[in-house]
Amino acid sequence: MGAEFVQLSLTPILIGVLSAIACALPGNFLILRRQALIGDAISHVVLPGIVVAFLVTGSLASLPMLLGAAGAALVAVVLIETVRRLGRIEPGAAMGVVFTAMFAGGVLLLEQSDTSGVHLDVEHALMGNLESLIWFDATGWGSLLDPAALAGLPPELPRIALVAAVMTMLMLVLWRPLKLSTFDEGFAATLGLPVRLIGLGLVAASAVAAVAAFDAVGSIIVIAMFICPPATARLVTERLERQVAWSTVFAALSAVLGYVLAGYGPQWFGAINAVSAAGMIATVSGVILAIACLFAPHRRRVGQPMA
Amino acid sequence: MPMSSPPLEAFVSALLLQAGYNAALVAIGAGLLGIAAGAGGTFLFLRKRALVSDAIAHATLPGVGIAFLVMVGLGLDGRSLVGLLAGSALSAALGLLCVEWITRRTRLAEDTAIGAVLSVFFGFGIVLLTVIQTLSQGRQAGLEGFLLGSTAGMLYSDAMVIALGGVLAVLALVALRRPMTLVSFDPGFAAALGLNTRRIDLAMMLLVLAVTVTGLKIVGLVLVVALLIIPPVAARLWSERTDHVVLIAGAIGGVSGYAGAAMSAAAPGLPTGPIIVLVAFSLFLLSLAFAPGRGVLAAAIRHRRFQLRLHRRQGLLSLARGEPIFDPLTLKVLRREGLIRPDRVPTEAGRIEAGRALVDERRFEVARRIHRDDPLSHRYDGLTPITAVMTGDEIAEIDRMLAASAMLRRGEGS
Repeated sequence: MGAEFVQLSLTPILIGVLSAIACALPGNFLILRRQALIGDAISHVVLPGIVVAFLVTGSLASLPMLLGAAGAALVAVVLIETVRRLGRIEPGAAMGVVFTAMFAGGVLLLEQSDTSGVHLDVEHALMGNLESLIWFDATGWGSLLDPAALAGLPPELPRIALVAAVMTMLMLVLWRPLKLSTFDEGFAATLGLPVRLIGLGLVAASAVAAVAAFDAVGSIIVIAMFICPPATARLVTERLERQVAWSTVFAALSAVLGYVLAGYGPQWFGAINAVSAAGMIATVSGVILAIACLFAPHRRRVGQPMA
Repeated sequence: MPMSSPPLEAFVSALLLQAGYNAALVAIGAGLLGIAAGAGGTFLFLRKRALVSDAIAHATLPGVGIAFLVMVGLGLDGRSLVGLLAGSALSAALGLLCVEWITRRTRLAEDTAIGAVLSVFFGFGIVLLTVIQTLSQGRQAGLEGFLLGSTAGMLYSDAMVIALGGVLAVLALVALRRPMTLVSFDPGFAAALGLNTRRIDLAMMLLVLAVTVTGLKIVGLVLVVALLIIPPVAARLWSERTDHVVLIAGAIGGVSGYAGAAMSAAAPGLPTGPIIVLVAFSLFLLSLAFAPGRGVLAAAIRHRRFQLRLHRRQGLLSLARGEPIFDPLTLKVLRREGLIRPDRVPTEAGRIEAGRALVDERRFEVARRIHRDDPLSHRYDGLTPITAVMTGDEIAEIDRMLAASAMLRRGEGS
């Protein structure tokens, strides 16, 4: 089991865990600010960004893909704001207009352009390819100390690790202004904090996390991890510090459990083929949230009757 | 857009329902569906719950998978559209119930509930799809078509189901339009009239659910939400009246569905769902640009008119007070109306107008002093003539006060 596990499962699990954490961290603030669906919108508009980047550069190299996705996320945020202001439309509907139109444009562009020779299609964008991120050069646990084998790690792993680290660092450094402006924007503004900039920065950070995770695991996990672990944590505790900590625990748990269930679960039922790991991770995060909704200590609103 | 490759005639003939019986049926079905979605979506939009439909749409996927598995297990054809749609309706209803339950019973907000249901149901649906792929190797289940919609090679019976679904949704809409308008516009008033708002809300959601499920095969579950959101948002730009918005949204949705389906029939390589969405989005952009009232162009024209009136007024006041004018726009406005000569000296008409403006300004000064706490004084914007705000008697009173203070000043001077 050892060598095979390291080669086939270790890197996907690590990438899944890191993606989940990178998305769950900003998700904590998004759900408190009633912006939970920003993650949904971003993960939809990533597709046109990637398609355009591919059409411009003609390759599936990571950097242009990431830049294209980030550019699309930026365009989407600007468009949503423009539609909201110009048409005086409520933000939810403005978001719905922009992200569906951009996603439709991306699908059409993809179908119209010749991408038959490369691995780029809508289903891949939705489901990711977590299972294929295996570590060919590994021969066993010892490979973790072997520089030659480490050089053969899938490039997604260091990238998502970097993003997760940057997310954690940004959150620790900007903790007080973030917390203040999330709970009481008016008060934060009177203290002289740039609340608009903080809000925009949070959306930008979410976009970076979404794009980096999307690259590895597809958009389902991105949406699920933005929302489910933080929502679960919100039902477990009253304090933001603990909520963030719990959300990373739930995110990691969903990723590990989901991957194991998807990879090994079908064998327990006598089936040979694994099922979609991305889908299973999202499902597990939902099950955890459902349990929290039923039993968690702080599941009710303050003052809500116990009935 | 690379639309040049399919010949235009093919599109026109599809528009005129000449591109084959099934294509015509699909186009009609898509048009009816668009009408029902646009009009039904309006109520959702006015209730500020537009994105609930996104959760409903994504929650259909596990139902599609389970229905397929059940039908195969019973020895039936797993691809029967009616069965798949029935399954999707059940799981969408379950998703909707979850959103409602989470929002009502826990401290989580509605958008969090929507996002959680959407991603978890969709993720579980993807798991089921991979299970089905491994079960039916060599035989395409074709369930991926539900993600983005596909009408190419659609069976006659399937097209019939969609057209019928569209008709039923439109009929339900016509029957329920009055109570739904009332509830979405003013729930409190509707309740006071004795309507059961909860039940009407439920009916609204069921209608949205029916539209979503019917639209799955044509538009696909990722994009069907666009048909419920974009037409109402576009229609809202055209009118301030609920009944008009519903009608316009229905029209925009119908045109998008019909034209989009026709386009994709003319060019089979093009997926139907994204085209329908992009047609709707183009109509939205046109509305945003050209709608009277809320449109960008109308707003720009209004702004320009206001600017010109402001410059005219300020210019006239400067003339009356004998102050020099430097602003080029002010000079242009005054010159164009013949109020000043090219050398900036006021004409006869200009002097008269300037005198009037000054009198108006003085009267307003007095009026604002008297009615300091009165909403009337807030009507002062430097543009509205005082005769439009006050009665003749009031103005006569103000003039008396003005004359008195003028006399007083003269007395001081001597």
